[in-house]
Amino acid sequence: MAAGELTVSSHIQHHLTNAKMCTVDGSVAFNKACSEAGFWVLHIDSLAWSIGLGILFLWLFRKAAVKASSDQLAVPGKFQCFVEILIEFVESNVKSTFHGKSKLIAPLALTIFVWVFLMNLMDLVPVDVLPAFAGWVGATFFGMDSHDVYMKIVPTTDINTTVALALGVFVLMIGYSIKIKGVVGFIKELTLHPFHTKNVFVQALLVPFNLLLEVLALITKPFSLALRLYGNLYAGEMIFILIGIIGLLQLPLHFIWAVFHILVIVLQAFVFMMLTIVYLSMASADNH
Amino acid sequence: MNLTLTIIGQMIAFAVFVLFCMKYIWPPLMNAIEARQKKIADGLSASDRAEKDLMLAQDKAKDQLKDAKAKAAEIIDQARKREAKLIDEAVAKANAERDVILAQAKAEVEAERNRLREDLRKQVAALAIAGAEKILQRSIDEAAHADILEKLVQEL
Repeated sequence: MAAGELTVSSHIQHHLTNAKMCTVDGSVAFNKACSEAGFWVLHIDSLAWSIGLGILFLWLFRKAAVKASSDQLAVPGKFQCFVEILIEFVESNVKSTFHGKSKLIAPLALTIFVWVFLMNLMDLVPVDVLPAFAGWVGATFFGMDSHDVYMKIVPTTDINTTVALALGVFVLMIGYSIKIKGVVGFIKELTLHPFHTKNVFVQALLVPFNLLLEVLALITKPFSLALRLYGNLYAGEMIFILIGIIGLLQLPLHFIWAVFHILVIVLQAFVFMMLTIVYLSMASADNH
Repeated sequence: MNLTLTIIGQMIAFAVFVLFCMKYIWPPLMNAIEARQKKIADGLSASDRAEKDLMLAQDKAKDQLKDAKAKAAEIIDQARKREAKLIDEAVAKANAERDVILAQAKAEVEAERNRLREDLRKQVAALAIAGAEKILQRSIDEAAHADILEKLVQEL
């Protein structure tokens, strides 16, 4: 590596950059041309991989569901058993935590668990394989410089994905709060807790303080959801990239880190699912 | 950390995935699982019932076997008794018949002897008279000496 520091850092930078798409002056532009576009950029690699993995999940599970409903009492195949084990696992977790009745929570939890797991799983694909392949495709078929082709294959290392998931959960939290307690009840919960007195004037003084605390507590939940997943996966990806640049010695190190990471990706998917259930059951609990 | 429009795209994808899962994946699988659970529960209770039925049937069969054995023993006993009774009766009857036959034979023999003895006596009397006639050389008046003759006959 003749260029030393520069090559290594540009290599890492290349790995950590999403493929971007935006419109500049009314026409579609990509990557570096989008540096001025600010918010109005689509990370097409994150979108493509996450939606592709989501469709893979839905397709596989739909197949099992069709098989299961065509003959409910038939002896299930191995894949169907696997799917049903997952479903039972999610169902038991939901039942033990969420005590209301909801048709949404369990499928939501299943979707989060499997989708996040699949997106995390992309972290175990050796870091250079797919970006290099994408660079080769770009250079060969589209006449691009292979360094200008960006490909980040783990959607959960893109904060946009995790924030989107957390915002989805946040919207549901607000929705459940309002549905169970009503708008007034929700506002009361935000303003009359945790400090509550019978004296109206003292209470009026306490309301802003309560509001600050409760809104903070509310906002922290999606933030922690999004940042926990993003941070864990981003750090894991970073270490894979660092291991990937040290030459032959990377093989045992990569193996060790990958084995450890198997735990991390399952755990993070599970934590995201569990916290979603917990937050939603807190949102729909009537007493504070 | 650069938040972009990607968030909106991912949120839409997330919402669509969750809705699809809620409509087309969760309910059929859950229904199938519940249907199978019910079937298994039914099967288990049915096998429990069958086991109980089997036990009952075995007990019943045992009781019936015991009854049949007792009845058979009773019948054999009765048959034995009847056999013994029949034999006793036959022996008694044969004995009685033998006694009757023996008595008849004895009576016949007695009668024959009496008859012969009478004949003999008469012949002896006739012989005595004939001898006496010869000795006396004269005819004895049978009417006059009938009492003597009678006496003689008595003595013979």
